[in-house]
Amino acid sequence: MAETTTFSNATQVLEPFKGVKKVTIEEYFSSGHRTCQGCESALVMKLMVKAAGPRTIVLGSTGCMYVANTTYYSTPWVVPWMHTQLGSSGSAALGTAAGLKALMKKGKMKAEPINVIAFCGDGGGADMGLGAISATLTHKEYNSLILLYDNESYANTDIQVSGSSPYGAHTTFSPPGKVKRIMHTRWKKNTAGMLAAGHPECRYVATVCASYAVEMMNRVRKALTLGGPTFIHSLDPCPKGWDYDPMLSHELGELAIESGIFPLYEVEDGVLKYYGKTKAIVEGRPRKPVREYLLKQGRFAHFTEEDLEYFQAKVDQMWDKWEIPGVVCFRKDVEAKA
Amino acid sequence: MTVATQAAPAAAQEQEMLISGSEAIAEALTLADIDVVTAYPIRPYDTVMQAIAKKIANGQLVAEYIVAEGEHSQFEIVKHASTVGARVFCGSSGVGWAYAMECLVVTPALRVPLVAMVGNRALDDPGAFGVEHNDALFVRDLGWLLCWIDSSQEALDTTLIAYRVAEDRRIFLPIAISADGAFLTHSQAITKVPSKSLVEKFLPPYNRGDLQLHPDNPITVAPQVNEDWVIEIRRQNNAATERAYTVIEEAYADFRRVFGRGPENPWFEEYMTEDAEVILMGMGTLSLPVKVAIRKMREEGKKVGLIRLRWFRPFPYEQLAEALRKAKAIGVIDRDYSFGSPFGSGVVATEVRAALYNAEHRPPLIGFICGLGGREVTLEDVYKTTEICYSAAKAGKTERATYWLGVRE
Ligand SMILES: Cc1ncc(C[n+]2csc(CCOP(=O)(O)OP(=O)(O)O)c2C)c(N)n1
Ligand code: SF4
Ligand SMILES: [Mg+2]
Repeated sequence: MAETTTFSNATQVLEPFKGVKKVTIEEYFSSGHRTCQGCESALVMKLMVKAAGPRTIVLGSTGCMYVANTTYYSTPWVVPWMHTQLGSSGSAALGTAAGLKALMKKGKMKAEPINVIAFCGDGGGADMGLGAISATLTHKEYNSLILLYDNESYANTDIQVSGSSPYGAHTTFSPPGKVKRIMHTRWKKNTAGMLAAGHPECRYVATVCASYAVEMMNRVRKALTLGGPTFIHSLDPCPKGWDYDPMLSHELGELAIESGIFPLYEVEDGVLKYYGKTKAIVEGRPRKPVREYLLKQGRFAHFTEEDLEYFQAKVDQMWDKWEIPGVVCFRKDVEAKA
Repeated sequence: MTVATQAAPAAAQEQEMLISGSEAIAEALTLADIDVVTAYPIRPYDTVMQAIAKKIANGQLVAEYIVAEGEHSQFEIVKHASTVGARVFCGSSGVGWAYAMECLVVTPALRVPLVAMVGNRALDDPGAFGVEHNDALFVRDLGWLLCWIDSSQEALDTTLIAYRVAEDRRIFLPIAISADGAFLTHSQAITKVPSKSLVEKFLPPYNRGDLQLHPDNPITVAPQVNEDWVIEIRRQNNAATERAYTVIEEAYADFRRVFGRGPENPWFEEYMTEDAEVILMGMGTLSLPVKVAIRKMREEGKKVGLIRLRWFRPFPYEQLAEALRKAKAIGVIDRDYSFGSPFGSGVVATEVRAALYNAEHRPPLIGFICGLGGREVTLEDVYKTTEICYSAAKAGKTERATYWLGVRE
């Protein structure tokens, strides 16, 4: 069968929302879910699909945003939605996009740009599914967005440590004990930086935080507009896993940015741009001390002064020692050997 | 047996080609106009992906050809492509099939009509390229329909039939076509390749209907159901598998009508069984040495026949009980193992035993494990099998339930 000439790799052109009052009123993620009170990830789902609009297919890997969101008979998804396996967000995005492309190219389906978004948690994306995401980011002829909602644990299975959990966090697999105060000694994986650095043809990688809702939605819109495979990493405060009053979700998101723990940036066609409060930090505004952020969360309640200092020193390194501050962890210079 | 029911002989619309089993499948995929195919290298199934890649590179087939980064992704990608309405193909061998296991589990549960090829291969460790059937058999309880083929012609025909059956709305289940590594994947034979217009008479386009994932049909697929619904959903899967008995028979009948060839009995091939005292059974290419041995033994007056099982899921237990009714002894040659199974038999022998449990006539049944890792099944092996079956027939019982054949001590 010949390829029809009408088909192109076109995407939907989604202009940025110019301020909160210009955001569309329609919801595509509505009632019917049963996430915890104050769940930031549920907000991310809502904003993500609001930004994408109705001509969108969403795929979701196993995790809280599957289990707590789509109880049979009460789906909150107004757009078509499908489950994918824990490590399969990359493959779900690629397969869905490839299916649509083939059918449209061969005249078996009406040609139109349909957004394909696959989301994953930090466990599903930064740990198990990293290989599949990486592969998808090399397939530039298929348009899709992979959104990693990072609540910094395997939350759905009772809050276990993941490669994206912060140093020292108390999880059910890393409980502080009498002999070992710190069970989780690994530093958080730098997922967005790694994916941006490792995929030269991926047109867009961004980090977002839903505490800055319009900024976040506009990054989703930009990713979908640019097309090809794109990636967004969202930091999502999780009252259950982080152990704080649900009222504080928004504030904790802000503190993560203001303390420099989670930098906000986008890499568009290889060009890095910091934005929001992170931009101010890069331009010299002092970072808030990490203790302001850490001590509001029960998962760090066992931290001693020494632990707080260690954490602060590691974050300082991100800004003072990294070749590209907060983004790429190559060192600027060889440190003097003691 | 062939039935010519058409005025214009279909033969005129077929072209003969010298091709391997893998190449024959690629011809069928081109005729079926598949939309998305995913590849990952592992011998021996990869020959089919090489053949498809050439078809695409030469413009004979338009399809998205995606080289995945592992078999898990390979099977997930086509699973998702199928849910938006694309006709898909995939495959693997041995540990590659094992690597995809999670996706093999969800594909029938999601009622995705994927057609896959398994180039049967021994599992690691230790490393071996040769054939064993344990890989494809992993999924026998999960809603996959499973069949084994033994020639390039059957490879081509069964691929077309597989799409017809899998994509039938009464079924919507994946089908794995098993081809013995090397013996079939790599060996060539003269094969009839039909014209596209003939194939279109047999195979309608894939229509996912109200299960299609598309903004015009905003459904939620595979929500969390827990104990509220899962058993009902399992029963629906089981019902679809049971409907496959009818749908497969219909598909073969229609195949014969359109192409003027193809087997009358979809489930198994019977070779010299009419008067057979000893019936040997097995799957795949071991039919070749067994048939040669049977012809030789017949010259000596031994009434031996072969039943080569094509479909393992659904398992044709009623048809088999009928076909084995007159046998005095049955010898099932398994090219697989099932450690710790009843009587230490292979998988097929165990299934046949179960199929006969309620039968009126239950001849002695002996299991033989043979040809593992691609070791040749020799004429000597078959003679020995027959000998053991004959003494069981005489005694009216089995001395031993399972033998390993052709094994160095
Ligand atoms: C292959 C596989 N292994 C383990 C699980 C169990 N499991 C279900 S949800 C989940 C947590 C996933 O964590 P993450 O991706 O971070 O999402 P979250 O639950 O935090 O939203 C796990 C481990 C699974 N579903 N599949
Ligand atoms: S555990 Fe965390 S991510 Fe999961 S629903 Fe609750 S708040 Fe949301
Ligand atoms: Mg998580």
